[in-house]
Amino acid sequence: MAATAERNYLRTAPAERLPSPAERAGMFGWLRENLFSSRGDIALTLICILFIVWAVPPLLRFFLLDAAWSGNDREACLASPQLPEPGACWAFVRVWFSYFVYGFYPLFERWRVDLFFVALAVGIGWLAWLSAPRRDLGAVYFFIVLPALSCALLSGAPRLGLIDIPTALWGGVLVTIVVATVGIVASLPLGILLALARRSELPVVKFIAVTFIEFVRGVPLITVLFMASVMLPLFVPERLSPDKLLRALIGVALFASAYMAEVVRGGLAAIPRGQYEAAQALGLPYWRMMALVILPQALRVTLPNIVNTFIGLFKDTTLVFIVGIFDFLRTIEAARADPRWATPVTSVTGYAFAALFYFICCYGMSRYARNVETRLARAHRR
Amino acid sequence: MPQSMRSPPSSQAARRTGNIALQVALVVIVGGIAYAAIHNAAQNLAEAHIASGFGFWNNTAGFDISQTLIDYSASTSTFGRAFWVGLLNTLLVSGIGIVIATVLGFAVGIARLSRNWLVSHLAGGYVELIRNVPLLLQLLFWYNSVLRALPLVRGSVSLPGGGLLNNRGLFLPRPEFSPGFEYVLVALLLGIAASIVLRLWARRRQDRTGEPMRIFWIAFGLIVVMPAVAFVATGAPLSFSFPTTGRFNVMGGVEILPEFAALLLALSIYTAAFIAEVVRAGILAVPHGQTEAAQALGLRPSTALRYVIVPQAMRVIVPPLTSQYLNLIKNSSLAVAIGYPDLVQVFAGSVLNLTGQAVEVVAITMAVYLFISLVTSLLMNLYGYAIAAEER
Repeated sequence: MAATAERNYLRTAPAERLPSPAERAGMFGWLRENLFSSRGDIALTLICILFIVWAVPPLLRFFLLDAAWSGNDREACLASPQLPEPGACWAFVRVWFSYFVYGFYPLFERWRVDLFFVALAVGIGWLAWLSAPRRDLGAVYFFIVLPALSCALLSGAPRLGLIDIPTALWGGVLVTIVVATVGIVASLPLGILLALARRSELPVVKFIAVTFIEFVRGVPLITVLFMASVMLPLFVPERLSPDKLLRALIGVALFASAYMAEVVRGGLAAIPRGQYEAAQALGLPYWRMMALVILPQALRVTLPNIVNTFIGLFKDTTLVFIVGIFDFLRTIEAARADPRWATPVTSVTGYAFAALFYFICCYGMSRYARNVETRLARAHRR
Repeated sequence: MPQSMRSPPSSQAARRTGNIALQVALVVIVGGIAYAAIHNAAQNLAEAHIASGFGFWNNTAGFDISQTLIDYSASTSTFGRAFWVGLLNTLLVSGIGIVIATVLGFAVGIARLSRNWLVSHLAGGYVELIRNVPLLLQLLFWYNSVLRALPLVRGSVSLPGGGLLNNRGLFLPRPEFSPGFEYVLVALLLGIAASIVLRLWARRRQDRTGEPMRIFWIAFGLIVVMPAVAFVATGAPLSFSFPTTGRFNVMGGVEILPEFAALLLALSIYTAAFIAEVVRAGILAVPHGQTEAAQALGLRPSTALRYVIVPQAMRVIVPPLTSQYLNLIKNSSLAVAIGYPDLVQVFAGSVLNLTGQAVEVVAITMAVYLFISLVTSLLMNLYGYAIAAEER
């Protein structure tokens, strides 16, 4: 009896809470684990801290503290007795800002460009927001309404009272956005067609698609642009010869569609065979099977990759610079050569501004792609 | 396109006819476009009085190139020679760029996986910053804001070891060999060969007896000490010609053009960011159980890394790594923006402008890049087969 009483132990009060392991608790624990866990680790941390102390304060001083924020010419950004080493010349960016955005687009017609930016933003928002209402209408808007609307808005429609504006006057961010948008609007449908053709059982169709895709992916974009700008005028009758911007747009669209085709093909390959068979069992013919069953799933799966391809395309738009088109980077190059702003810091400031623009756009898109990816992964797990 | 096989014969026959009709139509359309294009091109060229064909290849070029790896002179060399000069310059910058990008990329990729918070976040910041800014912008920055902004010749920066740095480029001491140096080279080659044989023998011995053998110090003696002894014994047959500043230019030494340096910097830094991501993904793709299994077998961390983790990670890394190398080669064509004489700048730029033979010149340029791409993907496929054969 006594023995069982000893063995049956009933706790009457909660146990003393153990202290959490000293190493992991609180800020010091975190520091010890992540920065100072071993001797080598301490050395690495010290090297990194030294690097940060060496690099960050001069950068801060250059871009913020010592920078010239206002002024009308180079005087604002030159070295002075108070400031022997002047910082970035943001005044230069301020003065040239509208040129960077619109190029030589006529001053009184710039509302058309603004309207185009708004219309584009609506389209992108509609398609990018995965639970937006009527995304099918959004696709129609983006791929059919928007191109027609933008064409009329930007280059002019005399019947609607919009005067013609030759593309030679377009420039800056406007051209960059136009090239990128045309790239995606043209390359997605073309890429889907090419991807379907490459997976086709018909030998001729497959051969043409494979040849085109491998050819374009094997050469640099610059040579495609050269081809578009030097050879295209030879291939069409003289009276039809397209203007410079249009030629570059054709080159970019063809280039992007080959890359898009490979991305879409990856999406198609990820769709289980059962989906094809189920669609066939329902008696759907090829095109309706693709449009109603396969492609909606494939495009959804591969959306992050489509966005990543688009980031590449967006960065590649800078190459039209080389065939003489005034994109955003080219306007920076033109402005920094202006003698009224000739200072040792003008180029760096111009490039920093351009880098900031591209970084914000591309980083934003890559974050979006990553979000979609996690969302898809969650949907798959369920 | 999985077509159903169970439809009634009549509809199957109809489908087959439809398929053939579709393909014939496609051939007619593509052929028609090609024919119209060629017809128009012939007409336009005839109107512009440009003779087509590759006859220009042997004409005298008549323009100068700033960096030539083979003999070339404006007055006597042909357009064909200019093509080879450009191609070699492309290969030079790509080859060195690939080596630097690989080393930097592997370092950054491994640093991103470091347990040290600062190290991994610095590496992550590098990757995000570099990947999200266009390469052309980075190239212009390096060229115009860094290298062209260096001091003039008179104010050259002296580098340790006798180099000079100014806005005309980087000037390094040029090694000059006197007779007797060939013995040093022979000693070096012998040392390398002997080390390889020794390593093979040590491997075989370990397979047979299980006894490992450390050959590092022996190899060090063979490859470093032996040539050094030969160098001293032959009376140090090597001297350097150091660059010196004149009034407007630098005399002596090896010249590295600022265009070359800018392109090399931009290409290697940009591609390294992508390689870092490839490496990180490759290492993360090896399941953690592999590390644990290696520990359970009693392997030391370094041995486990070398014999268990890296070989498996390489399988994932190599295919995307190759495509990054190809991207680097293709991106080297951005040279045209800063005037480095690569294939595109020399051939699709100068030669095209001088001859006006757009079709031929652009076609040859594209063919070269296409050839490089196809050969690389062929090698990639062979590597793929080799790996597949190793797997059980």
